Amino acid sequence: MNTPTNLKYAASHEWAKLEDDGSVTIGISDHAQEALGDIVFLDLPALGRELKAGEECAVVESVKAASDIYSPVSGEVTEINQAAIDAPESINADAYANWLFRVKPADTAKCSSELAALLDSTAYAATL
Amino acid sequence: MPLRTPFHDSHLAAGARMVDFSGWEMPINYGSQIEEHHAVRTDAGMFDVSHMCALDLTGIDARAYLRHLLANDVAKLATPGKALYSCMLNTEAGVIDDLIVYFFTPEHYRIVVNAGTAEKDIAWMQMQLKGFRAELAERRGGSHAVAMLAVQGPKARERFWAAFPDSRAVSEPLGIFQGVEFASTGGDWLIARTGYTGEDGFEITLPSGEAAATWQKLVAAGIRPCGLGARDTLRLEAGMNLYSQDMDESVSPYEAGLKWTVDLKDAARDFVGKSALATRRLSVQFVGLLLLERGVLRAHQKVITPQGVGETTSGSFSPTLNQSIALARLPLDVAIGSEVEVEIRDKRLKARVVKPTFVRNGKSLI
Repeated sequence: MNTPTNLKYAASHEWAKLEDDGSVTIGISDHAQEALGDIVFLDLPALGRELKAGEECAVVESVKAASDIYSPVSGEVTEINQAAIDAPESINADAYANWLFRVKPADTAKCSSELAALLDSTAYAATL
Repeated sequence: MPLRTPFHDSHLAAGARMVDFSGWEMPINYGSQIEEHHAVRTDAGMFDVSHMCALDLTGIDARAYLRHLLANDVAKLATPGKALYSCMLNTEAGVIDDLIVYFFTPEHYRIVVNAGTAEKDIAWMQMQLKGFRAELAERRGGSHAVAMLAVQGPKARERFWAAFPDSRAVSEPLGIFQGVEFASTGGDWLIARTGYTGEDGFEITLPSGEAAATWQKLVAAGIRPCGLGARDTLRLEAGMNLYSQDMDESVSPYEAGLKWTVDLKDAARDFVGKSALATRRLSVQFVGLLLLERGVLRAHQKVITPQGVGETTSGSFSPTLNQSIALARLPLDVAIGSEVEVEIRDKRLKARVVKPTFVRNGKSLI
């Protein structure tokens, strides 16, 4: 299973990546896309929405099922991936290049501890 | 320990993702459900349907028994191999199961029922046998086990014939819902022009010992293995009911869009559920929904109409139409063509009420 080492993972199969500007990019893991099967619809959070870590904030729907997405970190939604909304199947092709949304944490220290609490690549792979 | 069909090893070799389905370990897909769906709409795909339960009914009263047991009338079956779709009702006219019955002689029929309801069905059928000189024999498991394979799609028959040229002479003349026995080297097959996808094709019943080799030949002939996932989106587009989802014992065939399967022509014929059907007040209709916004309809979503609230019974994304569709029970007065709203999570999305057949023979009917 493909679990890049530069990302952090939630047990609920989201990945998070800390960007240079301090924002965090969020997507679903390769394992998640494979388990879901053909993805056909994304329901992403509204721009400006304040998310708490662990909050249910998006839905990824495949032909088979709808899956809730939980934000791995707290922060304001600053970007949603319109390209992925327009072509949800791109997530099946590459779940790491095709992210879902970005949040801007208000509190850098809190964000660091939230990220630290997530699983690293090896630990996540061990749960699969 | 889940039950396995005679194609189990073939599924694993083809890279199937296996899931539990009514106690059976079955392939949900072999990679992409959508690609499998399109293969059936545009070319040919095959489904292992051996988890369904085939039963042989034999005896001097076999015909009379089925005329009592089923809401559709087997009396209309005259040609050997001819098939009939019917509901089996309880005394309140609730649907115990939907099934296909094949006629061989008035003293020999083959019945195929759903996997999840087989035990319940057999118990009911045995109970109804009282007073009839006939007997039922299960053809699932044991030494008389059969394997069943649905080969579906516009090119399904051609590709099947390429793999089994000897079968062509007997199976090419078959009309829709007509089957024929075919003597293969390993035993008797039943080849029937039936299916659950809205496409042309065959459903083949064969001795379980021939399953794996048959599968391999069909793959070599270009028929793509398809899982239960594609089977569900194909039947949904075709507007075909799935038992336990679109209907169960709480609804009558009239509330599940199956009035056409209830045969009342012979007034002298009494069948289980007939009197209840006559007195049951009809308050709902069975329709299709086409989602007009982005999203995915699923079963058990609330449908808001000016005439009252209804409910979706099945829903998914339609790969052929590239939008979401559903089957639903709505108040009787909601007109085909009208717009309704479906509650999906915290939103209400617009949908159009349509007749519940979305796609047939590769073409959109919407």
